[in-house]
Amino acid sequence: MLASASGSKAGGAAAKGSLATAVASRRELRENVAYTVSKLKDFSAAALDQAGEQLLRALADEALAVQNESGWKTFRDRWMARKDGVLTWLNDGWLKAAPPEAKRQVGQRVNELKRQVEQTVERTKQRVLDSSRSDRLEAERVDLTLPGIQREIGVEHPIMKTLHGMLAVFRDLGYSVEEGPEIETDYYNFEALNFPPNHPARDTQDTLFIARQQAKPLREQLLLRTHTSPVQIRTMEAKQPPIRIVIPGRVYRKDPSDASHSPMFHQIEGLAVDSNITFGDLKGTLDYAMKAFFGSSVKTSFRPSFFPFTEPSAELMVSCFLCAGKGTHGSAPCRPCKQTGWIEILGCGMVDPNVFQFVRHNGYDPERISGFAFGMGADRIALLRYGVEDMQLFFENDVRFLRQFA
Amino acid sequence: MKLSAQWIRDFVEVPVDNRRLAEALTSVGMGVEGMAGQGEDTVFEMEIGTNRPDAMNHYGLAREASAIYDVRLRSLAPKLPPPSANASSSGPGTAAAPFPIAIEDGEGCARFTARILREVRVGASPAKIIRRLASLDQRAINNAVDATNYVLWEMGKPTHVFDLDLLAGGKIIVRRAREGETLKTLDGVDRKLSGEDLVVADAEKPVALAGTMGGFDTMITERTRNVLIESAWWDPLIVRKMSRRHGLHTDASHRFERGADFEATVLSCDRVAELILQSGGGRLIGEPIDVIARRIDQAPVELRTPEVQRILGARLEETEIVRILRGLGFELVAEEAETFAVQIPSWRLDVEREIDLIEEIARLYGYDKIPNRLPAFSGSVIESPEAAKDRKLRTTLLALGYHETVSLNFLSHEEAEQFSDVPIIEIENPLSEEASVMHTSLVPGMLTMLAYNLNRGNDNLRLFESAKVFAAVGPAAVEMKRIAMGATGSALTPSVHQASRPFSFFDLKGDVESLLASFAHKSLCYDAETADYYHPGRSARAVMDGESVAQFGQLHPATAATRKLRQDVYIAELYLDRLYRRGLREFACEPLPRYPAVERDFSFLFPDSLAFEQIRRACYDLGLREVRSLLPVEIFRGGSIPPGTYSLLLRLTFQANDRTLREDEVAHWSAQIMKAWEALGGTLRSQ
Repeated sequence: MLASASGSKAGGAAAKGSLATAVASRRELRENVAYTVSKLKDFSAAALDQAGEQLLRALADEALAVQNESGWKTFRDRWMARKDGVLTWLNDGWLKAAPPEAKRQVGQRVNELKRQVEQTVERTKQRVLDSSRSDRLEAERVDLTLPGIQREIGVEHPIMKTLHGMLAVFRDLGYSVEEGPEIETDYYNFEALNFPPNHPARDTQDTLFIARQQAKPLREQLLLRTHTSPVQIRTMEAKQPPIRIVIPGRVYRKDPSDASHSPMFHQIEGLAVDSNITFGDLKGTLDYAMKAFFGSSVKTSFRPSFFPFTEPSAELMVSCFLCAGKGTHGSAPCRPCKQTGWIEILGCGMVDPNVFQFVRHNGYDPERISGFAFGMGADRIALLRYGVEDMQLFFENDVRFLRQFA
Repeated sequence: MKLSAQWIRDFVEVPVDNRRLAEALTSVGMGVEGMAGQGEDTVFEMEIGTNRPDAMNHYGLAREASAIYDVRLRSLAPKLPPPSANASSSGPGTAAAPFPIAIEDGEGCARFTARILREVRVGASPAKIIRRLASLDQRAINNAVDATNYVLWEMGKPTHVFDLDLLAGGKIIVRRAREGETLKTLDGVDRKLSGEDLVVADAEKPVALAGTMGGFDTMITERTRNVLIESAWWDPLIVRKMSRRHGLHTDASHRFERGADFEATVLSCDRVAELILQSGGGRLIGEPIDVIARRIDQAPVELRTPEVQRILGARLEETEIVRILRGLGFELVAEEAETFAVQIPSWRLDVEREIDLIEEIARLYGYDKIPNRLPAFSGSVIESPEAAKDRKLRTTLLALGYHETVSLNFLSHEEAEQFSDVPIIEIENPLSEEASVMHTSLVPGMLTMLAYNLNRGNDNLRLFESAKVFAAVGPAAVEMKRIAMGATGSALTPSVHQASRPFSFFDLKGDVESLLASFAHKSLCYDAETADYYHPGRSARAVMDGESVAQFGQLHPATAATRKLRQDVYIAELYLDRLYRRGLREFACEPLPRYPAVERDFSFLFPDSLAFEQIRRACYDLGLREVRSLLPVEIFRGGSIPPGTYSLLLRLTFQANDRTLREDEVAHWSAQIMKAWEALGGTLRSQ
């Protein structure tokens, strides 16, 4: 409103809404204020001086009396309105009434007065604006210590956050993400991963089987995949080397739910196959990945292990990211690492040549290529990393728990 | 598995203390998970891989230690008295007539070795034996049985002792059981045998389940005078099947099904005999009776030293390779350059290939000594076609304020059937009836999560879960990606600054619209075709290009009541398998409009039966290019509005890219549109 008023031509109509009030207050002003422009009879320099001074004094007094924005508008219109403004009267009462010989001098005086009126109106506006703005700012002051209006942002589930974090590390290393079915055949889950039928190694993976499969040949019988490793075979069947893949997903074991077990959990599996992949590459890759994920100060250590589908096989230990490998927190023992300073994080190894035999026809001749594989549980890593006491918290999804990961 | 540190030291001079020994064993894969006891009684709690039955005993670990520290392994050499010659009796099992043993099933039993002891006193074992067994949590029974147990833990070879006089007919036959035969095993259980069971039998009946458990009726008791010691080599697969069939997992079956040492039958027999003779006196009769049905010979394995480097990435000196393998009992014969023929020791059934030898080399060399390297890669990263879509939906949901959840994807039959009509996939061996089928819908899981939270005073909820659901299609299983959303409580976070209001159908619809907007499509409309667990008047189906891609709305109050939900709950299901048939919307930048838009408001009365979609379509079907948007601004019923109608304030925006619109153009289009609305039964109230 103020901006549009100041932008309009001096003397132009004020904004429509306030027209009536402006007219009313102008009338009031005229009644209360002494100064009116007198019609000049004497056009001598002295008389002009005196009348000019009188006008300027009235201008100064009235300007000083302006308190706020609406007062200023009334003031502006009284002096500058084309119709009925002081300057208009000046024009009519002085200039037009002046005899021809005095017109030039009167004109100069009127112009000078006009300039001064305009200046004063503008200065007054600035003064009023400054003070009304600071009044308004004062009136608009809020209690900044009240809480803000929160818009709740969704929180990543801690398991998924772990999973996606780990995937990002491997994507940076040039790994592509692959997925596969959760209901698998015996062939992909066991046989092609070098778990022969009836092999004791199958006992380590308590399997949930799909009902009514007995009529099918063993290798076609369905089960809930016990690991993400079947996707290794599926990918090697579909793509020739070199490959670098990382496989996230849900896996299943016949483990009743308790503080550290769940019949459904999440794995992240990796596989790299090329013409010159070595155990040193496996170590270097996982050492890099662990540092990228847990922080550059973690140390890694590899120790021999056994998995049917890798040879040599290893377990990767990382220095405990909770106690920085010290085994204690001050005098308190570090529980997640059982005071050893090391946490077992994943199983890995060089892909067993027997596994390559199942996909040999697609360019996987174990005499010419080699590869490594690794697999880890996202749930267990999240459990350890965030100090979650009970695995079941992950699957109950109490929002008071979830919000802690915001 | 508990093993005694001192017992290991019986066979090897370990140059370090027990703690360092534990670390060293762990570093070669013989995991010591814990230590208990002091000094002589120190016990390692160990975890040894299923492929290493040879190391699940003290002598086997001593062998590992000798290889680690490069120190000599003492040999196991039982000292037996000369066999008794002055046999007073005659008949089977005397020096004059060796006990007859027949292997009828050479597939199941490759070798059967026996020793006969007579005039043995059966009683308690010596204190040292009892103490050692006790330290491994093994219960002492009598000197004969304890001797077999001691040998099992000492050298890993399971053996068995029979009361010789209770073997009917004075002979042993190894054969398959006959249908209908039974055997009471040592645990007192009467077991029905089948033709697949491999048994040790006397002339009349089975007396032991091969490699698994002995028979009750022929066991050693206080009355036993004469003993037959058995040490055999049983086929791993047959033992495994048998032990599973009978639910009998024993220390013996654990080892046999992983592969026993074919060459250790005589040695273990002798060692058992030595221990019984030491504790119970008696006489050793004749030489061991050693029946071999077939030999378990391992062919030499070729080891090419360049392969060691190709696989490990570390360069090991040939002398180092030879030293490591010899330390573990392998014999190496140099063939041509860089190639050895390696003879595999009989106790290492797990080593069959060159790669297995390379693992042995790496294991003893030390994994941590192999230098780390990052491999170069000539391939490229191929983004999975669904990854970007998954990511888009997930980040949108998180931004919309939905918390990500993960729930178990099992259901009861009842729940699965209530929330879908697809054929169910059942689990053969479920953990419980409540978790006996794979979930067919994410809705029941979402309702469980909502109820769980509401019951804990978490009243304002936005949750989503992304998972697969499962259905049977003939003999196959299909998996379909879905997203479920759940919302309840207030739409805005309650605060001192603003009044809140309950979450509504249109809050949910807006969220669903935001999610669907990411996908390229030609048409998207909503109808009321929803499942019966939805509120019939507050639920919708989203149809994109003619295909149902989502259902959402308020949960039917009846369903809410049966699930004990205390407040109105909203759910949505997105069928990603269908939604993902489209690509993500591509972005193309258009120049910003240079000419002003013109807005016109129209207040209309429409009959209640008329849906906004019809009003919208009537406008757009006119095909006016300059119509940029049509928005419902206010909706009003009751008061001065006649019953059966509602008042709708509609805002049209007109704009052209190439000019400022003229008043008469806008008036002309407005008139056309109003006419179309009037044709629908609308009446203009004011403009």
